[in-house]
Amino acid sequence: MNLSLLILLPLLSAVAIIPFKGARSARIISLISSSSQLVLAFALLYFYLNERSAGNTANMLFEDNYTWYAPLHINYHVGVDGISIAMILLTAFVVLAGVLISWNVEKLGKEFFFLLLFLSVGAYGFFISLDLFTLFFFLEVAVIPKFLLIGIWGSGKKQYSAMKLALMLMTGSAFVFVGLIGLYLNTNTGNGQHTFDILQIAQMNIPLSVQKFFFPFAFVGFGVFGALFPFHTWVPDGHSSAPTAASMFLAGISMKLGGYGCLRVATFLMPDAAHQYSWIIIVLASIAILYGAFATMMQTDLKYINAYSSVSHCGFVLLGIGILTKTAITGAVMQMVSHGLMTALFFAGIGMIYDRTHTRQLSQLGGLLKIMPFISTVFVIAGLCSLGLPGFSGFVAEVTVFMGGWSRADNFYRIATIVACASIVVTAVYILRAVGKAIMGPLNVGEGDSSLLRRAAGGGVDAKWNEKWAAALLIIGIVAIGIAPFWLNDLVTPATETIMNKISAIVK
Amino acid sequence: MVSGEWVEKQQLEMSYSSYIALIPLLPLASFVILGLFGKKYLPAGRQGFKNYSGVVGCLVLLACTLLSLYTAYHYFFIDGKVNDNYQTLIPIKYTWLSFSDSLSIDMGIILDPISVMMLVVVSFISLMVHIFSLGYMKGEERFGTYYAFLSLFTFSMLGLVVASNIFQTYIFWELVGISSYLLIGFYYDRPSAVAAAKKAFIVTRFADLGFLIGILILGFQSETLDFNTLIQRLTDVRSPQLLAIASTSFLGISLLTWALTLVFIGGAGKSAMFPLHIWLPDAMEGPTPVSALIHAATMVVAGVYLVARLFPVFHINGASLHVVTWAGALSAFLAAVIACTQTDIKRVLAYSTISQIGYMMFALGVSGYGGENGLGYTASMFHLFTHAFFKSLLFLCAGAVIHIVHSNEMKDMGGLRKFMPITNIAFLIACLAIAGIPPFAGFFSKEEILLAAWQNNTAIYYIGLITSGITAFYMFRLYFSIFWNNTHHSPPHSYRDTTHHPEGTMSMKIPLVILTIGTLLVGFTPFSNFISSDGKAFASEVHLTFSIVPVTIAIVGILIAYSLYFKRSDRPQKVAASLGGLYKTAYRKFYMDEIYLFVTKKVIFNLVGRPSAWIDRNIVDGTMNGIAWTTGKISVLIKGVQSGRVQSYALYFFGGIVVLAIVILYLWK
Amino acid sequence: MSEVPISHILFVSTALFFIGMYGLFTRRNMITMLMAIELILNSVNINFVVFNKFLYPEKLDGIFFTIFIITIAAAEAAIAIAIIINLYRSHRSIDVESASEMKG
Repeated sequence: MNLSLLILLPLLSAVAIIPFKGARSARIISLISSSSQLVLAFALLYFYLNERSAGNTANMLFEDNYTWYAPLHINYHVGVDGISIAMILLTAFVVLAGVLISWNVEKLGKEFFFLLLFLSVGAYGFFISLDLFTLFFFLEVAVIPKFLLIGIWGSGKKQYSAMKLALMLMTGSAFVFVGLIGLYLNTNTGNGQHTFDILQIAQMNIPLSVQKFFFPFAFVGFGVFGALFPFHTWVPDGHSSAPTAASMFLAGISMKLGGYGCLRVATFLMPDAAHQYSWIIIVLASIAILYGAFATMMQTDLKYINAYSSVSHCGFVLLGIGILTKTAITGAVMQMVSHGLMTALFFAGIGMIYDRTHTRQLSQLGGLLKIMPFISTVFVIAGLCSLGLPGFSGFVAEVTVFMGGWSRADNFYRIATIVACASIVVTAVYILRAVGKAIMGPLNVGEGDSSLLRRAAGGGVDAKWNEKWAAALLIIGIVAIGIAPFWLNDLVTPATETIMNKISAIVK
Repeated sequence: MVSGEWVEKQQLEMSYSSYIALIPLLPLASFVILGLFGKKYLPAGRQGFKNYSGVVGCLVLLACTLLSLYTAYHYFFIDGKVNDNYQTLIPIKYTWLSFSDSLSIDMGIILDPISVMMLVVVSFISLMVHIFSLGYMKGEERFGTYYAFLSLFTFSMLGLVVASNIFQTYIFWELVGISSYLLIGFYYDRPSAVAAAKKAFIVTRFADLGFLIGILILGFQSETLDFNTLIQRLTDVRSPQLLAIASTSFLGISLLTWALTLVFIGGAGKSAMFPLHIWLPDAMEGPTPVSALIHAATMVVAGVYLVARLFPVFHINGASLHVVTWAGALSAFLAAVIACTQTDIKRVLAYSTISQIGYMMFALGVSGYGGENGLGYTASMFHLFTHAFFKSLLFLCAGAVIHIVHSNEMKDMGGLRKFMPITNIAFLIACLAIAGIPPFAGFFSKEEILLAAWQNNTAIYYIGLITSGITAFYMFRLYFSIFWNNTHHSPPHSYRDTTHHPEGTMSMKIPLVILTIGTLLVGFTPFSNFISSDGKAFASEVHLTFSIVPVTIAIVGILIAYSLYFKRSDRPQKVAASLGGLYKTAYRKFYMDEIYLFVTKKVIFNLVGRPSAWIDRNIVDGTMNGIAWTTGKISVLIKGVQSGRVQSYALYFFGGIVVLAIVILYLWK
Repeated sequence: MSEVPISHILFVSTALFFIGMYGLFTRRNMITMLMAIELILNSVNINFVVFNKFLYPEKLDGIFFTIFIITIAAAEAAIAIAIIINLYRSHRSIDVESASEMKG
């Protein structure tokens, strides 16, 4: 199974879009490409599980290693393990759903789909890279398309949000780069040669002082992507001003780049420093979880509600990583997958509502269940997953993190876990507030569109085929994890054990 | 356990495993089918029995009930007993989500006396409600959705009662909560219904937080999440886990007390114990059959069930049992007092439910363990059983009344006995039962509770005694106000509803009849032969001399109600006026709702929520914006260097040369 | 006639140099700036001649260089005038402050 296919497929599709005129061909190409990508991701899962059950216990499977730039020891090294595959599946689902949702984008359609595919190249590349430089390369590939997507197709204060997002993410990348170079310069593969290779660095012993200096850079840098408090402020404006598919991608995948990077690069390669700084990470993550939830409670714009709730949920990821136990890290990975699907679904629902009512303010919406039952159901399902209802994936992930947090018999960890647990109440408050106001109650569609009610009487405002497929896709993902979490648990746990082996040597 | 016994147990479990999973899964299938296809393929018709979704729902529930009865028959009468002890069987168990070698969430089914009893109760009452709703909800546009939600609820509740793993209980606990939310908010275009649903979910969610933390403590301290193993480890005096949990203390209270109290808080939320009861009266916004099912007979007893399930562990920790007892007693008394003043008939019944559940709780609280000492336990479960019958009967009757009168208020009713004879009799029998008059069901269960209280904690006994008097009073106040009280006036227009028989369709009458028969008979079940705290059957008898006092007090209550409400008069208002402030406070439900609103709106929203949002917008984000602004300002400053004036450039050029020259000539070594 | 010491001549050339620099930096009229540039170039010329006479009297390298500089100065003056004429055509002024398009 050649992993580079995952990158080549969207790249070639993006290139293939260029010669055509207009959005029609672009979107068909994107649809074919992202569906094939989904099939590819499942095929990858299948082959991976086959290999594992055949007894292959190597860390990473399907590795490929090509020299890229020998003088600086940069290789194109790719490989997957359980965590990477989970993230690749997530990306495939969210991108396909995003393409479907954006079927009717009006202006500059061709460019829109091109940028979307380009983003996915960045994401896939990031998740399969095993070389620090390659990883960084793909991370950067993903930033500029986001800027363009928000700045051109966004709504609200899009210029400001796009600029803010781009600058903050680039600052994060700059920090990451410092961390990576620091790591690079302190590796020694014999004869004072350095290396960027993750697997090789993992075997080495990097001095503690170096780790303590560069870990903050790497972690904070990735943390900016992953909404680490207090660097999370790009999230509310960025997500809210972005067009629907871009929000789905941003919240669903881009924030996971941060979590994955924190785990794979910062924690895996610098475990001693991770252990030393873990208390700060836990404190910041707990603040993000609870404070993010309280801030969400006061929002009046649907997209802002979802964006702030993303800050809160991504806090779980960082909390799980900070706690540094096997269960907690597994929970963090599960939360990455679960939240990605859930927030994509939520943004899809909000986007569908906005397309019809042209307003996102709660005060102007009401009783939408009457005229848009499918969309309302999507909205409610996303909300229920967000508040951690069993049967959906959110519960599985959160519970795993709670169990992981409680397993350290130390009051500090337990109090942090209790703080995280307390967020389930606040989440319920703001979700039910949004649902109660927008979906239930008397009918109210704002001043947006007077023809809306007329069309609704004719039964024509509910979801179209593309929106239904997008929502169904994401709901299947959420429910699959929610009802049968063991498959995800078994997929991720061996990879987590590898990471834990490195860490538990210190955390005794 | 001896290996021979173990093998037998395995075989026994196998005999159940073939069909036992169907009991919760059938309603789940019904939910999925009705939810996805109910609208399209099974539309609600207006003509008679074309309500296919309802038919599907009822048939599924019928199958469920039959299976549950069969299981009960099998368990209680054929092979559940070994050496006089009812065993705990686990026919099905598989790992759902594993955290570590010892801790995992397993999905399993546990069969022991209380779970089998609950299977019967839940499926039977649900069946009655399903049948009743065929008539009650006829003509409702979202008929299919309604039955889908009912099936979802039944699935969740059945899953809850047979959960073999404490986290599994939590999972179904949450599912029950969401089913309740969907059903309370069924009439979603009414803002009051939406608010009530939200309140119910959030109050119970808050309690579930306690439950979750309690689970975490219990799970980790006993190193297992499986009920059986957990109870074993925490009750065996020699087990290291018990030693550890009992000796560790946090803020001066032992960890075991913390864990059990937190778990009880979870139960108290679902069971509407004071002060977490505020959601239940508002939950009456849902359709009345829903109130009958969820908020009378099944969901609200989940808390009692949870305490009963963990009873062996509660028993060894007296502090938490005290909390249980007093929460129950307080709820019983206060709710009864409030019920005397309410005018909405569903609210009276809601507060009555809170009161009766209070009885069940404190019965558990005063109970001992083992055989006769566990009388409280048996009494509590018995009362749960009988209460399910007469309370759901009361609610369904109320539903029938509301269906005719189109109003919930007592002032709009009166003299209905002429138009609704069956409902009249049913309601009367149910009221007699709840008041504890022999030989109706409530008498037997209440007596056992009061006996258990008398034996263990006389203060609780007196509270229970007084409350039963008050109970009799307000129930008969309700009965007389609805069915008597207006005989000399001609009935208002709405009674002359001639489009159909005033008492509702056949589907509404059948459940009433069945439940009435149940209420009459169920009191005679020799309950202690089946259900006791340690599985061993014991004989319990009715102590007539003991019963004289409670029954007399009940009759006194009925007589007071008769004198005030039988005929139209202004005596009630005079009594209310004379009680002045006390009446007002009770009428305003002790201002609990106002306190709740105050805490949520003023305290949490304004003191925590708003500052958080403000800090995030202005301070955290402000810092980022500030950095950007600073960068901008610096850039403007530096920009000044590019003046566009050639001469400045020439000057800088020259200056640079001078510096370079000095460097090279003097500093370069 | 007694020899003029080298320092006197160097003083003159330095003075010329700095007068030229002063003129270059402070004059607003472009033609005047051009004249200042000529001063600078000529001061360099003086330096060459003087050093040639005092250090290497038998060689003529310095004087050759001076001829170079005079030639180039002439050419450069021509080009500079051309530029000034073009600037005048677009700005209607030979004030160097008016040609500030490169500002910012």
